[in-house]
Amino acid sequence: MSERGLRILLVDQNVMRASVLEEGLREAGCTDVIVVRDMQNVLRRIVDADPDVIFIDLENPNRDVLEQMFQVSRLVRRPIAMFVDRSDTDMIAAAVDAGVGAYIVDGLKKERVKSILELAVSRFHAFNRIRDELEHAKQALEERKVVDRAKGILMKERSLSEEQAYALLRKAAMNENRRVVEVAQSVLTAARLLK
Amino acid sequence: MIKVGFMPLLDSASLVAAAEKGFAAEQGIELTLVRETSWANIRDRTIIGHFDAAHMLAPMTVASTLGVGHVRVPLVVPCALGVGGNAITVSLALWERMAGAGAVAGGAPAMQGAALRRAVTEQERLAGEPLTFGIVYPFSCHNFELRYWLAGVGIDPDREVRLVVIPPPFLADALRAGQIDGFCAGEPWNSVAVHAGIGVIALATTAVWPQSPEKVLACRREWALGHPRELAALVRSIHRAAQWCEQPENHAELARLLAEPRYVGAPAELLRRALAGRLVLLPGQADRQLEGFFATARDAATFPWTSHALWFHTQMVRWGQIAYAEEDIAAIAATYRPDLYRRALEPLQAKLPSADWRAERFFDGKVFDPASLPVYRKYLER
Repeated sequence: MSERGLRILLVDQNVMRASVLEEGLREAGCTDVIVVRDMQNVLRRIVDADPDVIFIDLENPNRDVLEQMFQVSRLVRRPIAMFVDRSDTDMIAAAVDAGVGAYIVDGLKKERVKSILELAVSRFHAFNRIRDELEHAKQALEERKVVDRAKGILMKERSLSEEQAYALLRKAAMNENRRVVEVAQSVLTAARLLK
Repeated sequence: MIKVGFMPLLDSASLVAAAEKGFAAEQGIELTLVRETSWANIRDRTIIGHFDAAHMLAPMTVASTLGVGHVRVPLVVPCALGVGGNAITVSLALWERMAGAGAVAGGAPAMQGAALRRAVTEQERLAGEPLTFGIVYPFSCHNFELRYWLAGVGIDPDREVRLVVIPPPFLADALRAGQIDGFCAGEPWNSVAVHAGIGVIALATTAVWPQSPEKVLACRREWALGHPRELAALVRSIHRAAQWCEQPENHAELARLLAEPRYVGAPAELLRRALAGRLVLLPGQADRQLEGFFATARDAATFPWTSHALWFHTQMVRWGQIAYAEEDIAAIAATYRPDLYRRALEPLQAKLPSADWRAERFFDGKVFDPASLPVYRKYLER
């Protein structure tokens, strides 16, 4: 390989995930990162960029397109899938778990590839965590809305204070071995039916 | 629990039915299906053991066993997941040119091919970009069937047209945008393009290669060795599910099931027609019956014919994906495991083919008979 640092090309349709990885790579000293978001002219862009490592998110159906390009194109230096040899099985499993696929140009030193792949894996995990947290926050908000609406109905129909309404929901949930939000949802459904 | 990866395609039907209609439970296994987005993912997750088995492009198993384009991991095919179900669809513009050159709806491969040959020549004369066809993966029956047909009608698939990989869900858009002039893919994607009014089904690939295989059930050889009972139960449940899928009275229910977003996620009506082999070939026209278009069970559709694996090898050599090496032949033949299939079905006392391979016949009258190595070699020379 050359004296220049590794050039990394990232194919990812998710803007946020791409920037999470890009940032991580830059922090680790890989400043030569190119992000490709859509597949228009992707071969051209790969040829122009001449990357040493290519990452693609595994949710992207276009992974199959990349594989064919690598197989048939005489324009790109042949990148091969990250399966360098069988001893890397753990690393590969970790990458697939995290949702990232990697292709490296043949002949690149294994140690360098390994460290960069490990970084990508940890960044993908970080992104997955952020996404999960976001999902949880969204869900919690939705559930709170349902409980608030159910409380409102109870307060109005049974002339209760907000605390009393919540206590009533919680007691019903405990008795029926259900979650408060499930009971609240039943209250909303019942209210709608009785309207 | 047995975890099986699949792609959203019509021929995932037997797996879906095995999981949903109680055939897996009947064999004492819990079958969990996981939907995937690319064939590369299917292969990787099978190889590293995320999946115990997978719905896989048949030639991909041979490629993996030989380590072509990827790491060498021996896979085995204990049963197939049906025959047919593929077609070649062209854009309205290309169809117009083909029709002007003698192609007719439902025409035979030679007739449609002669028309396409004229369109390709015309394209060359106009010095335009070569006609471009989409396929779903390099190691796929779609690629080999399309190439076989093109070459058989005198079109060089590497020089006179361009073949590109496009994931099935994007095919219709690519056709609409003029990015491709046609494609070869499994159902429901051909019917989706016709339904959208942007494509014409020029040919069912079962017209090119009658009783051509498509997807298979594949697993790592290690997994097969370590889980003989689970594997046999899985094969039996697929065999039973495939028979259920084939009954016309079950097509409506099966189509509704497959139409769900967690499975194929295409209109139930299109899926139901494809199951029955009744396709609309031209936008706005009535559907028509295509003989032998798709079968999940009949004519030994789940039998893993060794001749299939060997034929894929001849095509991989023919199109330069791999160099011919005699020592590969034994490994390729060992990928397909009719012995596992027979053993698994023993308790069902099903009627099975007497041989493990058969002579494969094609539209151009050629026969591929791997009975003996000289014949095999001779075939490679063509």
